[in-house]
Amino acid sequence: MISDVTSVAALWGAVILSGFYHGINPGMGWPLAVSAALMERRHAAMPWVLAMLATGHFLAMVGILLPLSLMLFLVDWEVQIRVGAGLLVIVMGVYLLVNRRHPKILARVHPARLALWSFLAAMAHGAGLMLVPIYLGICAIGDEETGHLAARTLMGSNIMTAFGVAAIHTLAMTFAGGLIAITIYIWLGLKFLSKTWFNLDLVWAISLIVVGVFGIHSARFSH
Amino acid sequence: MNLRPDPTFHASPKLAMQAPVENYAFTVMLSPDGNQSDGIAVVDLKPTSKTYGQIVHQVIVPNKGDEFHHFGWNACSSSLSPLTGHAFLERRYLIVPGIRSSRIYVIDVKDPLKAHIHKTIEPEELFAKTGYSRPHTIHCGPEGIYVSCLGGAGKDGTDGPPGIFIMDCETFEIIGQYEMDRGKQDKHYDFWWNLPQDYMVSSEWGLPPQFENGVVPEDLLSNKYGHSIHFWDLRARKNIQTIDFGENYQMALEIRPAHDPTKSYGFCGVVVDTTNLQGAIFTWWRDEDGKWQAKKTITIDPRPEDPENLPPLLQGFGAVPPLVTDIDLSLDDKYLYVACWGMGEMHQYDVSDPMNPVLAGKVEVGGIARGAKHPNGKDFAYGPQMVEISRDGKRVYWTNSLYSTWDDQFYPDDEGGQMVMARVGDDGGFELDKDFYVNFPKGLRSHQIRLEGGDCSTDSFCYPSV
Repeated sequence: MISDVTSVAALWGAVILSGFYHGINPGMGWPLAVSAALMERRHAAMPWVLAMLATGHFLAMVGILLPLSLMLFLVDWEVQIRVGAGLLVIVMGVYLLVNRRHPKILARVHPARLALWSFLAAMAHGAGLMLVPIYLGICAIGDEETGHLAARTLMGSNIMTAFGVAAIHTLAMTFAGGLIAITIYIWLGLKFLSKTWFNLDLVWAISLIVVGVFGIHSARFSH
Repeated sequence: MNLRPDPTFHASPKLAMQAPVENYAFTVMLSPDGNQSDGIAVVDLKPTSKTYGQIVHQVIVPNKGDEFHHFGWNACSSSLSPLTGHAFLERRYLIVPGIRSSRIYVIDVKDPLKAHIHKTIEPEELFAKTGYSRPHTIHCGPEGIYVSCLGGAGKDGTDGPPGIFIMDCETFEIIGQYEMDRGKQDKHYDFWWNLPQDYMVSSEWGLPPQFENGVVPEDLLSNKYGHSIHFWDLRARKNIQTIDFGENYQMALEIRPAHDPTKSYGFCGVVVDTTNLQGAIFTWWRDEDGKWQAKKTITIDPRPEDPENLPPLLQGFGAVPPLVTDIDLSLDDKYLYVACWGMGEMHQYDVSDPMNPVLAGKVEVGGIARGAKHPNGKDFAYGPQMVEISRDGKRVYWTNSLYSTWDDQFYPDDEGGQMVMARVGDDGGFELDKDFYVNFPKGLRSHQIRLEGGDCSTDSFCYPSV
């Protein structure tokens, strides 16, 4: 039981850490927050921009996690679902590793459609997938604790967990990205924009693979 | 792919101005009669170098008859766009189209002294994939590299309208036509944009039969060259408004938007007003209702001249028209340089107030029926034409050829390619530097200049100067 509590804490910690990680990735939008706030020529634009980016990111997370939470209704297939999800995450990581091109769809989005852009950027980079193994891990432990409750209750709790994971992750992302954007906007100046911009593409793809492997590993050894 | 953005990518125009100065220029060398191959000259611009002001390397292409004209970079400061984030590209390749052959060369200039051809796109591929011909202006933007073409399909380039196509910015594969709804646009020349505000502006010269064998006087006098500019929803690829300057404003050429992306205005140069031979600059802007407007803000008068001193084409007019063939705006959006190729003058206007430009400086060199000498005592063939400003705004470079067949009509007795440089004073004004004078190899003329690390007519910025 104690180890379960520790694992749950660790998994929620991972939700927060992944949020920070997504936040510092320029691909998730902090340079857009700087640009949009500067273009608007008023400080108040920054919180609004960050909120729009957060909305898009949150929806992308929910869009991935929610269907999975519904699938978890099939309790008997839990291990298979977790292994399958892990494989899917690995496949996305390998795809991003092999195809190092930028998603073209993002070039067609109007610059003022910030939430849409953020949603598509998260989807194109597989940001939501990175959370899947973590989320499934939390659900698995939670399901064990609740024992053999009615499936309906179980599903309800999994859906709540999906929203919780997406919300906390997005808050952490917005905090990290917002911190960089605001620091550059108010103190450091635009010169640091290009200095703070790192190519995380490779690291990002590898992260997906690592998280996918972790997901499969934990699914197979949790029972 | 780099791990960090290319150091020549700048978030704002102001940061680009503060960056290290240019060490090299890349300048088009063209053979007017196709007897030699065209090429790119690499000119040393380091004042401390022993070879300062000399051509230190040449990339000569294997074909003849390409006629190089304009060219551009594979990547610029637009790569720092927060939306598309191609931040890890290198500013490394020059995309050099042949305006006559429709062939495109991609030249690797990572080491300027060892610049070489990286890839060649044959005309047949361009025709098949785009339905366009005569590629011209290059800009790097959200969806890759955008190339404007002056001709449509078919031998004469008149089967269908000309337009812009997009190339992949990494593989240089042609993707296809840009336009989804071109509206009234049926001719093409230049284009540029404001990336955060998501608009593009394009202009009109004429169709290939109107320029390839020289200017067609009957077409000019009957106002058949382009006289409109088009405004586009850049990412929706849609023409949203066309402004007709009036049919007498023949050949609306260079489009120069303000570099600061918070501004919604820019300039367009008109070669000649057929009612009075004046040259003109229009300022275009977006009003409070979101409609585009344009107004003539600069006129340059022709100079009366004894017909016997004039080329046959102009004898009936008894005057030298200014012929505004290129304009360029400094990165601080303060000075607009206007090449008066016919009169042999380069003008500098203070456009701090874009609706009320003020003439701040003037340099005379070359010119029809004048042939003003360079301060070093040497001849300057034709007149000031393609102009490029250093990022810091302190040096202005220009060359002298307009377009092979047109050079021969307006300056039948001149020949040669030169590139010169003027220094800008702290409070405006500018003077030719007598120690900078590049004479091109015999039989070759010069056209557009690109400066190492970017210049004032390549880079598009995604963040305002603050």
